[in-house]
Amino acid sequence: MISRDASATPADDDSLDALRAEARRWARKPRRRGFWYATEDMLRANRTYGSALLIAAFAQPILYLLGLVLGLATLIPQRIEDAGASVSYVTFVAPALLVTAALAVAAEEFASPVLAGFTQRQSFSVLATSPLSPGQIANGLILAAIIRMTVVTVAFYAIVWAIGAVPAPATGWIGIPAAVVGALTLGFPLMGFASSLTEDDGRFALVQRVVFIPLVFFSGTFYPLSALPGWLTWVGWLSPVWHASELARVASYGEGEDRLATLVHIVFIALFAVIGYVLARRAFLRRLDDA
Amino acid sequence: MAEPVIHAESLVRADPDAGEHDVLSVDGLSFDVARGESLGLLGPGGTGKSATIKMIGAVSGRTGGRLSVLGLDPDDFGPEVRSRLGLVPQHDSLDPGISVHQNLFVYARYFGLSTRECTRKTDELLALLGLSADARTRVERLPLAARRRLLVARGLVNDPRILLLDEPTTQLDTRSRLALWDRFAALREGGTTIVLATPRADEAQQLCDRVVLLDTGRVLAAGTPDELIRRHAGREALELQFGLGQNRQAGRQLYGIGDRLEVLPDRVLVYADNGERTLAAVVDRGLEPVNTLVRRTNLADVFLRLAGRMLEE
Repeated sequence: MISRDASATPADDDSLDALRAEARRWARKPRRRGFWYATEDMLRANRTYGSALLIAAFAQPILYLLGLVLGLATLIPQRIEDAGASVSYVTFVAPALLVTAALAVAAEEFASPVLAGFTQRQSFSVLATSPLSPGQIANGLILAAIIRMTVVTVAFYAIVWAIGAVPAPATGWIGIPAAVVGALTLGFPLMGFASSLTEDDGRFALVQRVVFIPLVFFSGTFYPLSALPGWLTWVGWLSPVWHASELARVASYGEGEDRLATLVHIVFIALFAVIGYVLARRAFLRRLDDA
Repeated sequence: MAEPVIHAESLVRADPDAGEHDVLSVDGLSFDVARGESLGLLGPGGTGKSATIKMIGAVSGRTGGRLSVLGLDPDDFGPEVRSRLGLVPQHDSLDPGISVHQNLFVYARYFGLSTRECTRKTDELLALLGLSADARTRVERLPLAARRRLLVARGLVNDPRILLLDEPTTQLDTRSRLALWDRFAALREGGTTIVLATPRADEAQQLCDRVVLLDTGRVLAAGTPDELIRRHAGREALELQFGLGQNRQAGRQLYGIGDRLEVLPDRVLVYADNGERTLAAVVDRGLEPVNTLVRRTNLADVFLRLAGRMLEE
């Protein structure tokens, strides 16, 4: 092997042991906090369009709520029997709209930004050359979406609480994590789907219109599931959106529904979220490996 | 001698696109790189250069063989290896929607540098690569040559021990290419270990202490540029053009002249110790080439000799 002029090599300790130790030292921080660097990147990159997105995600349920409170609720004077409690229509619909708010963020965050990271921005393949591990990149992306969902749902919850639509504030806040996890159950499959695309040929809009919006309608968001004909109620039972909404409702009402039903909701959305996470992560890592 | 900072032994990488067929994009590659050395991987497109760079850079795993980078196995210690490496990719992977400055800053963050360190390093590298004036420009508005320089700057944010350059001057005009070569030469002088993958003989010759010639994922030959040229190409090359369609016919008539002949569609190459004298012999034989050129042989001639095809097609 030919080595160049010895004076050109640095004077510091050039043993392999020293280089190895140096590499370990440099990797320590990224190994610990790498997922956060990826989160930072997602939040920063989506800042411009992201604020528009947040407003949209936030405004949609607020406008729904406003419309329902001012319009529909005046037409529905009777109390709604649901989740073992009897509440006003606004109190009934607000926890489900909280879930819808989180869902609106998930529908955006797990779609275009994922695809753009692989294509236009190429940020994922660039991250792959950094000290971050592929798993950290996936987790960072997910965490960024969770942060956005939390911001939107907290703000929405505050408004619902302020208009007096949370009978039991002591437990009502549980609706926030319920909404976020509930939204993740649909966000993860979307992330897996987005990881398999090479371009957005309108399929995200299709998912939005054909999957997300109908699912919200069939998941007892605007009326109790019992209002649907029997053969349609199974859609609700299988829908994580319904389970998340029911959980948020029980938390908001602070009464009714037996413990077992509540447990079923929790287990259902948790299970969906975990399975979704595993599959979405796998699809994401596979795409990253090809990049 | 100190242990090599990169040690590759029978490195194998299956082509991920090949599916069922066991096509290997890298097939049994072995080489060492000493600290401060500059190694060239020279070969045409699709010969496993990028795949090798990615394996060294702990970006993609290997299918077989042994690999040690900075004393660590990249498959097991990806974050460690990547934290001390700089990778300048072949394809422009800059974020077009953000500024030049942000592209560097964001990347520096991934290495765990503090915000202040990131800013300092970004400013320093922008100055080093002549991009300070464009700091606030969005990358999508940047000309190609500046983008290439930015990619190089990005590869340097962590003061890497090893810089991996994957066809860093492809698509650049001569002037921009030479400017980048100057940068690389300065880094080399500064003691940075460099692995350069390139399809350009002149680039490898200019920048590398040692060159590994690759074809279809295998090593054709390895050595210093001088060694390789001396051993495989002879001293001088006489290029003769007889006009399109005439070269093959002329090639047959040149039999016996010089040490070796290569007949290409557009010209005939005669290798010999003395090109001028060989040209005289050609004329003596009654042949009348349209164009003639006597030049020193280079790594492209070595590749042609060993692979039986041109380096750049």
